[in-house]
Amino acid sequence: MSGQAFSRRGLVTGGALALGGLMLAGCDQISFRRVLDAGEGLTLHAQRLLLSGQPLAREYALKDRSPVFKANGTKHPRTPEYLAMQADGFASWRLRIDGLVRRPFALSLAQLRGLPSRTQVTRHDCVEGWSAIGQWTGVRLAGLLQAARLLPNARYVVFHCADDLAGSADGKDRYYESIDLFDAFHPQTILAYALNGAPLAVEHGAPLRLRVERQLGYKQAKYLMRIEVADALDHIAGGKGGFWEDRGYEWYAGI
Amino acid sequence: MDQNLKEDAQPRPARQVIYRHSRIVRLTHWINVLAVSLLLMSGLQIFNAHPALYWGQFGADYDPPILEMTAANPGGAHPVGQLRVAGHAFTTTGVLGVSKGPGGHPAYQGFPNWATLPGWRDLATGRRWHFFLAWLFVLNGAAYLLAGVVNGHFRRDIAPTRAQLRPSHILRDIWDHIRLRHPTGEAAKSYNVLQKFAYIAVAFVLLPAMVLTGLTMSPGFDAFAPWLLDLFGGRQSARTIHFVSANLIVLFVVVHVVEVFLAGVFNEVGSMITGRYAIRTEPHK
Repeated sequence: MSGQAFSRRGLVTGGALALGGLMLAGCDQISFRRVLDAGEGLTLHAQRLLLSGQPLAREYALKDRSPVFKANGTKHPRTPEYLAMQADGFASWRLRIDGLVRRPFALSLAQLRGLPSRTQVTRHDCVEGWSAIGQWTGVRLAGLLQAARLLPNARYVVFHCADDLAGSADGKDRYYESIDLFDAFHPQTILAYALNGAPLAVEHGAPLRLRVERQLGYKQAKYLMRIEVADALDHIAGGKGGFWEDRGYEWYAGI
Repeated sequence: MDQNLKEDAQPRPARQVIYRHSRIVRLTHWINVLAVSLLLMSGLQIFNAHPALYWGQFGADYDPPILEMTAANPGGAHPVGQLRVAGHAFTTTGVLGVSKGPGGHPAYQGFPNWATLPGWRDLATGRRWHFFLAWLFVLNGAAYLLAGVVNGHFRRDIAPTRAQLRPSHILRDIWDHIRLRHPTGEAAKSYNVLQKFAYIAVAFVLLPAMVLTGLTMSPGFDAFAPWLLDLFGGRQSARTIHFVSANLIVLFVVVHVVEVFLAGVFNEVGSMITGRYAIRTEPHK
């Protein structure tokens, strides 16, 4: 009996110490941030467990679409390269797929449109809290990765974009994003060239954007230029796997 | 420590000390205080990123909000903060819509900086706080619920008795509350029926609703449990219910703390720390 009481007291004391440690850690910004960031790891692993059967994100009926699909982030890239591509209707645009693949290749917009497509009416959830529903048409990323034949050490797919949201002149703040192979091979992960039946407008990421349903809006990279298959993210830009990730947001944006 | 009454050693009939709160209730209570307080503040930080609420599956700038915090004349010399609910506008300058920002300049944001975590505009850090605390809150709440079922706390102390559920009893309890009259003697050894209703509403309805509506906002979790979208009528409805439930929890906390002060703050707070609670055995005249 007294032993049990002792152990219960030990539990309470241990809990209080752990909480105290949490508070003390606040003095040290870096290690405290690490404690906070542990939440992202828990969420990632818990959701990966729940989503191990790769269920689809809900698909809506056409009548459920938002009357106006809000555009966010960059609405018009102003780099000379992009303006030149836009001027010729993206005829000179090419999507490159390279990195840890056996057969790197490039595709024109016409070639992409000629591939088998998938159309899905899905909900776009912005990290700010709003949602919009739209119909996306595009090519499954899985098919392109299979055609490029991944090397055994491939782990991530990195999307390099034409827009420079931070507005730096040297292009070092170009938008980019990354997902891992679990999401890359999901059936609803597509490279979309049409929204609501019309070619993707510039504000929505023309000529091509990523749709990775089951994650938040900032993962849906617009103005795609290059897809790089990589084994790690730390050597790319800020090293956190994306433009917003380098600015403090979670790499795993499933919540 | 046994659950039975522990008689005070002194032969004073007017005061009796009972063991009221088990260790697991006390521990989970204070962890919950910490988690819910910081969840609220980091939640307001997240709300400020888009200070408007909608009903249905979608909702953004071009859709009509049911609640909105905004400025009537942004950039003007004296910006007016507004809370707009279902077509009605309330002037809330200084608190909602427009409040004091860094350097005393007007900040155009939903909730003021003093209410948010962190205390400046930082959605990324607010989200880190919110989801870390959500894990703490969920694990702590699960421990509380499991213990309450296993050790009989819910059945013994929280479930209203048959006698308490009689309308006459409930009406008398309401009348006692209106007169701020608190039970003494035997009646003070257990929770009164309104108190039980309040705890049931918070522990079994509002707090679980916060978790479920929160998860409904997760595009990842929605793929696992799409029925949540049907339960709450869409992601934006879930976001609105999340907000309303948070407000109701704040309302509960206000009433709860007021009652603690009315009933004797040292005795009440002390009992949630040590477990021991003093009751008057003689009704006061």
